Amino acid sequence: MSPVFGKLTWAAIPVHEPIALATSVVVILAIAGMGIWITANKWWPYLWHEYITSCDHKRIGIMYIVLGLVMFVRGFADAIMMRAHQYLAVGEGPGYLAPEHYNQIFSAHGTIMIFFVAMPLVIGFMNFVVPLQLGVRDVAFPTLNNVSFWLNASGALLVNVSLFVGEFARTGWLAFPPLSEKMFSPGVGVDYYLVALQISGVGTVLTGVNFVTTILKIRAPGMSYFRMPVFCWTSLASNLLIIAAFPVLTVTLALLMLDRYLGFHFFTNDGGGNSMLYMNLIWVWGHPEVYILVLPAFGIYSEVAATFSGKPLFGYRSMVFATMVICIVSFTVWLHHFFTMGAGADVNAVFGIASMIIGVPTGVKIYNWLFTMYGGRVRFNVPVYYLLGFMLLFVGGGLTGVLLAIPPVDFVVHNSLFLVAHFHHVIIPGVVFAIFAGYHYWFPKAFGFTLDERLGKAGFWCWFVGFNLAFMPSYLLGFWGGTRRMQHISDPSWKPWLAVELVGAFFIAAALAITVWQLLYSIRTREQRRDLTGDPWDGRTLEWLTLSPPPHYNFAVLPDVHGEEAYWHRKQLAIEREELIPEPNYQPIEMPVNTPTGVIVAFFSSLCGFAIIWYIWWLAILGVVGAFAVFVWYAWRDEHEHIIPIEEVIANARERRRIRMDALHTVSQST
Amino acid sequence: MDPVGPVAAAEKQILINSTAIMLAIIIPTMIATVAVAFWFRRGNTKAEYRPDWEYSGAIELVVWAIPILTITLLGGIAWIGSHNLEPSRPLTSPNKPINVQVVSLDWKWLFIYPDQHVATVNQLIVPAGTPINFQLTSATVWNTFFVPQMGSMIYTMPRMTTRLNLQADRQGVFPGRSAHFSGDGFPGMEFNVRAVAPQQFAAWAQSARGAGPVLDGRNYAALAKPSSYVKPMSYSNVAPGLFEAIVAGRAPPTPQLPHNPQAEGPAG
Repeated sequence: MSPVFGKLTWAAIPVHEPIALATSVVVILAIAGMGIWITANKWWPYLWHEYITSCDHKRIGIMYIVLGLVMFVRGFADAIMMRAHQYLAVGEGPGYLAPEHYNQIFSAHGTIMIFFVAMPLVIGFMNFVVPLQLGVRDVAFPTLNNVSFWLNASGALLVNVSLFVGEFARTGWLAFPPLSEKMFSPGVGVDYYLVALQISGVGTVLTGVNFVTTILKIRAPGMSYFRMPVFCWTSLASNLLIIAAFPVLTVTLALLMLDRYLGFHFFTNDGGGNSMLYMNLIWVWGHPEVYILVLPAFGIYSEVAATFSGKPLFGYRSMVFATMVICIVSFTVWLHHFFTMGAGADVNAVFGIASMIIGVPTGVKIYNWLFTMYGGRVRFNVPVYYLLGFMLLFVGGGLTGVLLAIPPVDFVVHNSLFLVAHFHHVIIPGVVFAIFAGYHYWFPKAFGFTLDERLGKAGFWCWFVGFNLAFMPSYLLGFWGGTRRMQHISDPSWKPWLAVELVGAFFIAAALAITVWQLLYSIRTREQRRDLTGDPWDGRTLEWLTLSPPPHYNFAVLPDVHGEEAYWHRKQLAIEREELIPEPNYQPIEMPVNTPTGVIVAFFSSLCGFAIIWYIWWLAILGVVGAFAVFVWYAWRDEHEHIIPIEEVIANARERRRIRMDALHTVSQST
Repeated sequence: MDPVGPVAAAEKQILINSTAIMLAIIIPTMIATVAVAFWFRRGNTKAEYRPDWEYSGAIELVVWAIPILTITLLGGIAWIGSHNLEPSRPLTSPNKPINVQVVSLDWKWLFIYPDQHVATVNQLIVPAGTPINFQLTSATVWNTFFVPQMGSMIYTMPRMTTRLNLQADRQGVFPGRSAHFSGDGFPGMEFNVRAVAPQQFAAWAQSARGAGPVLDGRNYAALAKPSSYVKPMSYSNVAPGLFEAIVAGRAPPTPQLPHNPQAEGPAG
C-alpha cells in the first residue's frame, strides 16, 4: 500500500468494464457541460449567493429537492438496468451483467433510493414548507440547516464517485455481515457504502435536531400545537424518529467499520462476533426509517385532500393521534424483518401483532381522507390524481404488509419477490406519489408560476400504469418461490412476467421524461401561468398567505393565529368584512447572513471520506483538520445577521396587500 | 403455490384466509374512494357542499373500529399460526422422523444424514410421508434454506444452529434454493428435493454408502472452496461430528475469492 495514494491505483478506474466506463464518461461530460453552461451565462455568482451559501430554508429545500430528483434519475437508471437484465437472464439466457456488477447495481439502487432520493425529497419539502406553515421566518438553526444539506450532498457524491473509482458494495442495501466483513467483501465497495452513509447520516441527524427545535419552539403567535397544520405534525413525528433512530444507524455502521478497519469482532464469524446483532441493530433503525419517509408523505396528502376538497381535514385530532401512535409503535416492530431467524413462536407472534397494529392508525388515515372529500367540492388538479392513486394502491400495499406480518405467511414469502413487490407497493404510492403531489402543489409557491396540468396528468397515468405493470407480477413470482437479488433466474416460465415488468419500467421512464418536459415547458410558458395572488389553490395554511415566491423573510410581520387553518379563517374574515386586517406596524427584519461554512465543511468531509475509503491516511487527517478549522473560523465570525431595511419590508407588504385586496374584490363581486 | 406437505398447506390456508378477510374491507374502501371523489367533484351541482363539516364522533368510532376489529381477528390468526407452525416444532406423524443436517457453503448446499452416515450436495433425498427434522447452519455467510412447495424457510447462520421440521406428503422432485443473498455465486445455490417411497430411501442410503468419496477434513476443505451451480453428488461416509465442528467454527473457514483483485491494491 502506497503511503501517498493508499490502495488507490489506476486499476481502480473501470476501463475494462464498458458499461461503467460509458456511464462515467457520460456523467462527466454532463457535469462539464452544465459547468460550461453556467459559466457562459455568468450564473455562478447568483448560484453562490442565492443557493449554495444561502441559509434560507426555502432555498435549502429547493436544493434538497434538486439533489433528490437528480439522484432519482441515477437510481432509476439502476432500476431499468436490473429489469432489462432480469428479462434477459432467464433460463438459458445469461443476461448482460456479470454477478459482481449486477450485485453492485441492486445495492446501489436500494441505497440511493432510500438515502439519496426519498430522504432528500422528504427533507426538502419539510424545509420549504414547515417554517412557512408555522408562520415564521426560518428554522431554528439556519446555518446548521445549510451544513446538513451539504453533508447529505457529500454522501451522495461519494456514492457516485464509486461508479468511476473502485466499486460499490455488492452486499445489498443494508450490508449484512458477515457478507460485508473484510473476509467476504475485501474490496472498497462496502467502505464506500459505510462512509457515504456516515457522512450523510450526520447531516440527517442535524436536520432532525433542527426541525424538532423549530416545531417545538418557534411558531407564529397563537400557533398552539393543536393549531399546527397536519404536515407540521407529521414532520415533527418524522424528525423525532430521526433523532431516535439515526444514531442507531451511525453506531451500527461504526461497529462494522471497526470490524473492517481495525480488526474488531462485533459481527464476524470468529472471535466471538455475532452477525445476528447487526441484523437487530440495523432494523431498529430500518423500520422507523420507513415511517420517517412515509409520515411526511401522509402530511402532504392531508394538505392536498383538505385544500382541493375545499374543506378542513376530517378528524384533525384523530389524524394527529394516529400519527403519533405510528411514531411510537414503529419502534416495536423491527423483528418482523427476520421472523425466519428462528426466534421462537412467542417472539414472532408478539412482533407480528405489533406490526399489524400499525395498520390501525394507517387505516384510520385512509378513512379520514375519504371523509375529507365527502361533502367537499373536489377539484381534480394533478395533486388530487396522486392522492387518489395513492389511496387506491396503498390499501393493497397495506394488505400485503399485514400478510408479511403474519409469521407463518412470512415463512413462505420472506425475502422473496413478493416482499420486493410489497415495499415498492407502499413506497411508490406512499412516498413517491406524495412527492409528486407536493411538487405540483408547492411549485407555484416556490417559483411563482404553476406547472402544466395536462402534462402533469399524463405523467400521473404513466406512473400509475407503470407501477402496476412493474410490480404486480412480482407478487405472483414471489408466491411461486421467486427470490430477490437473483442475477440469474432458472425457471423459463417466468419470462413473460418479467417482460411485463420491463414494460412497466418503460412506462415509469416515460413518467420521468414527461416530468422533465413538463418543467421545461412550464418554464417556457411561465408568463401565462404566473401565480400573482400567492394563493393559486385557495389554500388553508399560512404558506399561501405570503407572496409567490415568498420574500427571504417569509412574512413582513408574523401572522396572528386564531384557530386551526390559520389562513382560511383569515380569508373568510376578510371576505365577511370586505376588508383586510388593519395594516400592522412594520419593523426592519434581522435575517441570518449567508455563509459558505456548509459547502466547505462538506468539501473537507468528502475528501476525508474518500481518503478513508482508500486508506490515504494523510488526506483523511487533512480532511478532518480542514473541516474543524472551518468550524472554528465560523464560530469566530463577527457578523451574524443582516438587517432588511424597513422600506423594503413595507414595499413588499403593501404589494401583497394590494394583491389580496384585488382578490377580495373579485370574490365579493362574484358572490 | 402448490403445497406438497402439511406445513406448506397450512401456510397457504392462512394466506388465503387472511387475504379474504382483508379484501372484504379494502375492496369496499377502494370503491368508496372512487365514488366519493367522483360524486363530490366540483362540477356536480347535485352534491351537497358542507365546507365546515370536519368531525363526527360516530364516524370516528367506526373508522377506528374497522381496522381494530380486522387486526384483532388477524392478530389471533398470527398468534395461533405462529405457534402451530413454529419451525422448530416437531410434526405429528406416526412415522419416525429422519434427521438431516444442512450446511450452506459458498455457494452450494451440503446435506448430512447423521443416522445413515452419508452426505449429499445440492440434492436432498427424503422418504415421502415422513417428517424431516432439520438442523441447519452455515459455514460462511447467511443463507436461507427454502423449498417453496414444502413450506417454511429458515436462515442458516454461521456459528448458530436453527431447526426446521418439514414433510413431503407425496413423491416427486421439488426445487429448493437459498433465499437470502450470499454473494456472487448466489443464483446458482439451487438444489432439488427428491421425495421417494420409504423403501426406496432405505435402498438409496444403502447404495450411497458404497459409492463416492468420503467426506473427511480434506474433502470438506475442497468442497468448501467457492463454487456455484454445483452438480449433485454424494459422499459414502461422513467424518463424525463434522456438523458440530462447523457450528463451533473448527472447520476451515472459506473466504470468498475477490472477483475484483484490484480492489485489494498491488501492495495490499
